[in-house]
This record gives sequence, C-alpha cells and structure tokens, in this order.
Amino acid sequence: METKSIMIVGVGGQGSLLASRLLGNVLLAQGYDVKVSEVHGMSQRGGSVVTYVKYGDRVYSPVVEKGEADAVISFEMLEAARCLPYLKKGGHLITSTQQIDPMPVITGAAEYPEDLAGKIKAAGVDLVAVDALALAEEAGTAKASNVVLMGVLASLTDFPEELWQSALEQCVPPKFLELNKKAFELGRNAR
Amino acid sequence: MKKLMLGNQAFARGLYEAGCRIVSSYPGTPSTEITEEAAKYDEIYAEWAPNEKVAMETALGASIAGARAFCGMKHVGLNVAADPLYTAAYTGVNAGLVIAVADDQGMHSSQNEQDSRHHAIASKVPMLEPSDSGECKDFVKLAFELSEQFDAPFIVRMSTRVAHSQSIVDTVDREELPLKEYTKTPQKYVMMPAFAKGRHVFVEERTRKLTEYAETTPLNRVEISDSAEFGVITNGAAYQYVKEALGDKASVLKLGMVNPLPVKLIQDFAAKYDKIYVIEELDGIIEQHCRNIGVNNVQGKEIFGYIGELPQSVIAEKLLGQKKDFVALEENIPVRPPVMCPGCPHRGLFYCLSKNKITVSGDIGCYTLGAAAPLFAVDTTICMGASISALHGFNKARGAESEHKTVAVIGDSTFMHSGMTGLVNIAYNDSNSTVIILDNSITGMTGHQQNPTTGKNLKGDPAAAVNLEELCRAIGIKRVRVVDPYDLAQTEAAIKEELAADEASVIISRRPCALLKYVKHAPALKVDTDKCVGCKMCMKLGCPAISMKDGKAVIDHTQCVGCGICQQQCRVGAIE
Repeated sequence: METKSIMIVGVGGQGSLLASRLLGNVLLAQGYDVKVSEVHGMSQRGGSVVTYVKYGDRVYSPVVEKGEADAVISFEMLEAARCLPYLKKGGHLITSTQQIDPMPVITGAAEYPEDLAGKIKAAGVDLVAVDALALAEEAGTAKASNVVLMGVLASLTDFPEELWQSALEQCVPPKFLELNKKAFELGRNAR
Repeated sequence: MKKLMLGNQAFARGLYEAGCRIVSSYPGTPSTEITEEAAKYDEIYAEWAPNEKVAMETALGASIAGARAFCGMKHVGLNVAADPLYTAAYTGVNAGLVIAVADDQGMHSSQNEQDSRHHAIASKVPMLEPSDSGECKDFVKLAFELSEQFDAPFIVRMSTRVAHSQSIVDTVDREELPLKEYTKTPQKYVMMPAFAKGRHVFVEERTRKLTEYAETTPLNRVEISDSAEFGVITNGAAYQYVKEALGDKASVLKLGMVNPLPVKLIQDFAAKYDKIYVIEELDGIIEQHCRNIGVNNVQGKEIFGYIGELPQSVIAEKLLGQKKDFVALEENIPVRPPVMCPGCPHRGLFYCLSKNKITVSGDIGCYTLGAAAPLFAVDTTICMGASISALHGFNKARGAESEHKTVAVIGDSTFMHSGMTGLVNIAYNDSNSTVIILDNSITGMTGHQQNPTTGKNLKGDPAAAVNLEELCRAIGIKRVRVVDPYDLAQTEAAIKEELAADEASVIISRRPCALLKYVKHAPALKVDTDKCVGCKMCMKLGCPAISMKDGKAVIDHTQCVGCGICQQQCRVGAIE
C-alpha cells in the first residue's frame, strides 16, 4: 500500500499528543508500518504545533510536506487555513471551528481573517468543520475536543470501531475513559 | 514485543537492554526524553547533573569504575562537555561509555545549528548515527559493545527528527552485566604529559582500526537498485528523505557510522556510477571526505546548501525537478509565534524592565520569549550562562553609563548550569552589575525537569536544594533580595533600587511556573465592560488570555489563571 499521510495541527497545549497516540495505536493494530513525528520545545509555548502521522507497507520520511497530506485535522480555524497547502488534491480537511487569537492579533498588528471556512470551501477543498469545543463540553470537558476530532476522522475512515475503542482504553487514564468515549462518539456522529 | 516509540524512548530502551547502569545528563531539546525515559527503569541509576560537563565526567567516572554508563545532551551541550570529551578520547573506557548528542537541524528549539560531527572528528571519538527508532535502540546496544572492544567512548548522534519521531521498535529483555573489575592504571587514566603522549599513539592506532571496521560493519550499508541512474551517499534523518523522494531511482550508501568514515567502501560505491550525490544535513563532512580520498564524482553542498533540514520535497525538486501541487488561500494568515503562558511569572518582571527601558542581557530558557512582541525586553541571548558574564563585560566597557540601566536575567536552572561562575566574576572583579535570577522552581522550556534548586531529583524523590540567596551571598554579593513578580509595584521598586545602588546586586524573582501541577490557580478574572475605557494598558503585558473586542478588553476564561497582573495594570479598576 502506498504511504498515507495525516497531519494534526493546533495551538500548543490543545492536546495533539493524545490525538496522535490514539491514531498511532489504531494504525499499529491494523498491522501498518507507522511513523509519528512531533516537534517539542519552544513551539509548545502557545505556538503552532504540528504532528505528522504516516502509515503504509513501509514508511520512510516521518515528515509531511506541502501537497502530501491525505487528511489534515485541525484544532483551530486559523491553523486549518495555515496548513491548507499541506493537503493533497482531494484530501480531507477536518477542523474545529474554535478560534484562538495569535499574539499579532492580540497586539493589534494583524487581524484574524473572517469566514475562513467559507474561503476554504470556495477554494474547492473538502472541509468538515465541527464545533468540537461545544461537543467536548457536552461530553464533560473542553479538553476532550482532541478526541471529538478523532471521532470525526473515524467517521471518514474504515478502521474497525473496536480498534479505536481499545486505543482509547490504552491511551486514556481509566477515570477519564467514559468521558472520552462519549466525546469520541459525539465526534463520530457530528458530520 | 513491537511498540511505537520516540527515537529518544528507543534510545533509552537500548540503554536498558544493554545493561547500562549509570545515566547522568543535562536536559536540552531534542535530547531530554532519553534520560527521562531511562529514569523509568529501576535497574538504571539516572540523574540530572547541573551541566553537561559534570554529566560527562560523571559518566566517564562510572565507566572507569566498571559500569556501563551514558550521558545525553543537545548539540550546544557538547560544547560545554567538550573538555572531558577530548581527554576521554585518550583515557578510553573500562565498561562501555555512550554519549548522545542531539543536533537540531532546522533550529526548532536552539540558538544555533552546529554540526556535532566536527566534535567527533576533532576529539577522535567514534560516532554512530541512527535513522529511526529501531536503529536508535540497536545502535546504542552496539555502541556499548564497540566502546569496550575499541576502548573508546562512543557518541550516538541524534537529530530532531530521529529523536522526536515515533516508529516501530521490537523490544527484548535486559542483559544484566556485573561490574567490571577496576584496576589502578595511571598510564591510562592519569592524563599528564608523559602518559598522555602514550595514549595519543593509542588513539591514532585506534582510529586506524576503527576505519578498517567502518569498511565492513553492517552499520554502513549499500542498497543497490537495478534501475538506479545515480548513487547517493547519506546518513541519519536524510536517509529517510532520500528513500522517500528517490525510491529505486538511486542506489544508496547509508552511513550509520559517521566517524571515522570508510575509504574503500565509498570508493567502490562511487566507482559504480557516473554521478554520486552526497545528501547530508548541515555541513559537507562526508562530501569533503570523498574528495580527500580521491572520489571526485560527487556533488552535495553546491546543490543542497548548509542550512536546515533536507526533506523529501527538497531532494525531489533538486534532483528530479518534481514539485507537488497544493491549494493555498490568498488571505494573509497571521503567524502564531510561541508566547509566555497566561500566568507566567516572567511576564510581570519583563514588563517592569520594558517599561523602564532597561538594557537586558538575556539567557537560554522560556524567558527568551521576553524578546518578542509586545515586551521586546531582551537585548542579547547567546548561550547558557552568558547573560551574567556578558553583562559584566558590557558594564566594564561602558562603565557608569550602563551600570545603572542594564541587568542580566537568568533562570534558576541556567544559573546552576553556568551562571554561578559569571556571578563569581562579577563579585571578584568588582563590576557594579545587577543580576536577576528568574526562579520559577523548575527547568521550564525543556518540559519541567528538576534541578539542584528545586529540592527534588530526576526520580521525583526529595533532594538537597541549593539556597540561592545564601549561595549569592557566599559568592560575595552583599545586596541580595527576593521579589514576587506577580507584584508589579514591588518588583519595579526593587529593580530601580538595585540599579541605583553602587555595588553588585542580585534580585531573585521567585514564583513557580504556572504550568506546574502543584500550583493552585485563582479564579479567572473578568472585565467590567462598563468601566473599561479601552486604554489597552492591559494589552501591554502580552498575555494571550487578553484581547480587544469592540474597543473593550476581554479575558478568555479558559486561559486566564487569575495571576492579577492585568488588574494591577488597569487604571480604572475594570478587571475583577
């Protein structure tokens, strides 16, 4: 199988680490060669955070570049727009509609662009925009929007449901498991 | 058992399986997790040392004593540890000694982009370089064996991509090794001239033998493709990019041992093709070696340059002329630079410095972010500890004119690493300098590591804590005071008083990192929009939780930790 590439993007502290671990677990259980690449350190302090997940028979480069991603999953609208160029033609862009102002917007040096979802759709991109934050809060905590988005991804892919469930069981501490399973379910049915 | 592991985690697994007993390191992105993961194995004694030089000397001592030992650091850390490294090359080892050095191609989290292979060459220490997590584990285990076989410390060179990418690793059990016997051998371990001369002869002979080994080791591997139009010589992360970009269009010589480099292996490979491309990130070390051994059909740096990473798109474009299509919005997308977190104790301190237009000699840590908008507080950032020594030099050069308006800022961990010696210099050579220690009770930027001031060790157990006030006084600084950076008035007054004083002083700005689990946060603050006059005084703090909506300040309740700095800043009492 040709190597597939997924990008998970967001703002430092939004929980992309758990999302990529869930996905990595599902892919590993499917018997694929898998690489997951993340950048630690400086960029985690409220900056843009990018994780690459690649799978196939044999994965070489851990990095996803412009025009290569089969799916981009974004936790934030501006980051979705920023990472649009990484999407392959015909790839899926899944985003939370949450907006977090970056420092140039906060200081007034720049403006947060309006109607990014509309503009992305107008560019002919297959966009799934979900209010992941609201769904996560419905599940019990705003922090679970990462798992909501994994639920959305699950609805677009055909990995067996039990693999997602066992990945959740492996990656989430028992006391938050039910909450996260609910968040996943809400994401799965959000589209 | 097959598992997905970070390169650093796999490295630690290699330490474990190889029977490594002693680990001493200083944190530094992208090397930190090797030591954190190693500390999770009960069979390994693991510690954070105050700096990389201490860590390497500790590991060397353990090796001489007969235990397999390890120390890890980032590329710039090896500069600090270069002194023991260059002589450890001469002493060699008793039990195996492995050193990890993690380069940061692309400078994701570093102040320079140096290529650590130069240190391996200059110190005559052999160096291996894995390309994925599986190789990290395998190379570490082999490095211990080779270290003992060749009587040499072995460096394993990591890179950001190899260290921080997860790939599949097959784990096995640990091999428990007894301590090797220690025998007093001054001609090997006492490096004074008479003995060192003998050891230098040994080192040169060892390099000759290692070069022979490099010709046949499975670490260096030729992958022939029948449809290849040219050959590629590559190493490390670049190997993965080469395979992805070129597939079977190229035959590949993958060098897993990057010092010393083989001669005949390269000559024979290069003879098979008209064109050989050397694809190596950062400097042209393999390429230059090729030319030195008469292999002149190589091209490398003239095509790929010396800067940053060489991912598949660069290789595909330069060698195959291929570019991928993509869609982009015409919209200007504002950048999202890293920022100090909401409630960061550094914010109040930097605001006071910025407001009073003070020249700031900066250092390495989260507080480097004080250089960014809107605070623009930091004037210089060079290397660990440089804030204090550079301040001393700055003040010696400009005298009274700068003494009363220039400070150094340095974190608690960085102060322990190499700031103390600079402060000794200030006291001893009498400069009227003001040093601010940003004591947030943790090593922040690298992800919360304990250090000698925190009262806990790497395993989280209670440990002796350096008392910073007493230490500064013992060094000879008479004016030492502590402020709470959440109290803007107190902090600003302290800065003004200490700058006005006619002797050296230290201000300890003390408040734990807001991200520490044990730190209790106050409820989020709110703006009373009736009172808010939209003056934007609160915006000057650069807090990511505060923004302006319809001419009034708004506080994001999901981000605010109630530190109260904006409240003190508000002239109309609109924040409650």
